Amino acid sequence: MWGYRSTRSATTRRRGVGDALRFDASAEQQELGAITRRFLEDTVPLTALRLLGEKSPAGFDRDWWRRAADLGWTSLLVPENLGGSGGSGGGLAELAIVAEEQGRLVAPGPLLPTSVSAWTLAQAEQTDVVRRALDAIGSGEAVCAWVRGHDDGPWPQSRPAVRAVRTNDTLSLTGVARAVEAGADADYLLVAVCLDDQVAHVLVHAAHAEQAGLQRQRMHSLDLVRRHADLTFDSIEIPRAATVIQGDQGRIILQRQGQLANVLQGAEMVGAAARTFEMGLEFAAERYSFGRPLASYQVLKHRFADMKLWLEASAAAVEGAVAAVADDAPDAAARVSAAKLYVGQKATDIVQDCIQVHGGIGVTWEHDLHLYLRRVTMDRQLMGTPAEHAEYLAMLIGL
Amino acid sequence: MEQHTSTFRLRLREWLATHMPRQDGPARTGSDRDPARHRLLQRRLFDGGYAGLTYPAAYGGQGLTAEYQEVFREETAGYELPTLCNVSLGILGPTILDFGTEEQKRRHLPAILRGDELWVQLLSEPAGGSDLAGCITRATRDGDQWVLNGSKIWSTGAHFSDYALCLARSNWSLPKHRGLTMFAIELHQPGIDIEPIRQANGDAEFCQEFITDLAIDGHDMVGAENAGWEVAGRLLYHERNLAGAASPYTYGSEAESTPVAPTAAELVDVARSSGTTQDLRVRALIAEAHALDAIQGRLVERIGTGIATGALEPIAGSLLRLFEITKVLHCSEASVDIARSAVVVWPESDTGRLGGQFLMRQSAALAGGSIEMQRNIIAERVLGLPRELAPDVGVPFDSVRHNAPARRR
Repeated sequence: MWGYRSTRSATTRRRGVGDALRFDASAEQQELGAITRRFLEDTVPLTALRLLGEKSPAGFDRDWWRRAADLGWTSLLVPENLGGSGGSGGGLAELAIVAEEQGRLVAPGPLLPTSVSAWTLAQAEQTDVVRRALDAIGSGEAVCAWVRGHDDGPWPQSRPAVRAVRTNDTLSLTGVARAVEAGADADYLLVAVCLDDQVAHVLVHAAHAEQAGLQRQRMHSLDLVRRHADLTFDSIEIPRAATVIQGDQGRIILQRQGQLANVLQGAEMVGAAARTFEMGLEFAAERYSFGRPLASYQVLKHRFADMKLWLEASAAAVEGAVAAVADDAPDAAARVSAAKLYVGQKATDIVQDCIQVHGGIGVTWEHDLHLYLRRVTMDRQLMGTPAEHAEYLAMLIGL
Repeated sequence: MEQHTSTFRLRLREWLATHMPRQDGPARTGSDRDPARHRLLQRRLFDGGYAGLTYPAAYGGQGLTAEYQEVFREETAGYELPTLCNVSLGILGPTILDFGTEEQKRRHLPAILRGDELWVQLLSEPAGGSDLAGCITRATRDGDQWVLNGSKIWSTGAHFSDYALCLARSNWSLPKHRGLTMFAIELHQPGIDIEPIRQANGDAEFCQEFITDLAIDGHDMVGAENAGWEVAGRLLYHERNLAGAASPYTYGSEAESTPVAPTAAELVDVARSSGTTQDLRVRALIAEAHALDAIQGRLVERIGTGIATGALEPIAGSLLRLFEITKVLHCSEASVDIARSAVVVWPESDTGRLGGQFLMRQSAALAGGSIEMQRNIIAERVLGLPRELAPDVGVPFDSVRHNAPARRR
């Protein structure tokens, strides 16, 4: 009588890709998603994550990252003439698919900072330094952290955490950038700085800066494999030529970087929430209580219906933000903040609700659910919380 | 295609400027709307070649794609539109298009597009709303004719409408879903008494109908005998599309009744009037309303694509309706929080709209199928979870326990 008719969720799972994101994915995009998922399942399955988190200070393996780069992850936002694979559409839709797959498998790796950095460098004048860095990031040889600093005021901080002052032929950097992803392990640091009341972006060799006194304080991160550091710049001298973007462009680039980052977080949260939702559904269908499956109780069915709506609306919100950012549309900032305030809230709601459905096992170390909760919470809290994005959106709509 | 729509856009823009009235003040809704005026505006659109853009040309439409309807929607912003025709254009017309005979289509669809015929659906009954298939209005065969007896309720604007699709039980010994038949009936004739229902806010948009020995010609059956549930299912699909802002046939998303909450944009004005625009909580509430608005457009697209590609069942349109309800309830809560005392005390010069809307808030989660039914549909038919235990399925309807028929008050 309580037979479980496994219908749509099973069908979409068989499609193998884009379970949540994009019903209109092209054949190439579906292939990209499928390859990404296979690679992650083969190389960093959930069963290996806890160990990876314990063994690796960086949270990921450099050889593994090079292999990931071979799949094109690090060059999707770099145009072809600069050695990347981003077409005229910019590659953001494709990168969002990779990010969604990362969410589905709570994958390690500095996808967000390398993507934002590579995109920024592609906007800069192509000097030898920039080209070398782009190539090294693209091939996975080097990792670049994106340093903009957190906790310096509500999103989006109009002033970066680090200030730069001109000296004779150098720039001197001072300030503390908090919660920088891959900050302790990166080879390059792309630092947004305040310079002459404008925003500039400088590319720093991490090792050189450390010799000049840069402090990289490894922090504890809620996520098991995504690591963050606080970077303290105390009059760190770097060559002036390290400035890759300056002038009026600087602030615009900073804003677009923030949009890219939030879109990638959104896609990752959607992937993580989609997988958690599947786990919740599967558990509720198989678990019997009082002689019937949990999934037959109306109170839980209604909860799943709500979660399904949140999931679809989250995917839609991210799709809208991806399109707006890719087109550099006038409403891109509003779309991104609308997405972050919705997805940030709903993704965590979905994961918590699925934990509730699982009962006590859902809050154990052994179960995978906490890996997902760690990931969505991290994405939600960094680069502007839902509340901060709500306030920013209020300002954008003229309040 | 792009080029075609842009030519269309320019031509439409020019035509609107000389033929349609601009909106003065906020859009009129609910019982503020004058049916005669809406019929006239619809006629004007028809004569200009802009009625039924997505209806087939054979039935008086323009045979264009939904893309053109979108262009129409964009270009008509700020114009007064015959939104009273939305139910006819978006729900009943498309159902006739799906199930009507050739004769029914030729007779009624051009008349709907001209504004000559306003239609309503007669589905809910006093004995039951959510349990639609438990319908007990009785259709008795009499040679080539049928005789109808019973009562229908919650029909919007039946008192000024012309026709209805009416669901009735034609066979009591078949299981509940298999003994229903859909009929097209003329509303104003002996055998039907229509009484407006006064709502909690004092308005009267809905009606109750009392049907007594109403004779119906066999040709006015829509769909096959005892196949009415299939027709009703399709009708509800079109209704969900309209309520979920996804109908390709209508002027905007407004389904049938008075909006029960301010829109996201109107909330900004509410905050300005109450002097609370700098209150952080107020700003967050309005930002969220705005976000829901922005996401809704994308969600409509996404679900539409999912249904078109077969990744989702057509029933997934329920998700859109659930989203709309969620959005309206959020805006309702927000408006009351933001407006403070103005919700409950207002000067004579004002309309007291916010308070009135709050009284009717739950109708957003009731009209067109309750929010609980939407959640059941999503859980059971989109996600495939086990159905609720139903003692009325698969047994002859005359052995199913149901409520007593309504009596005349």
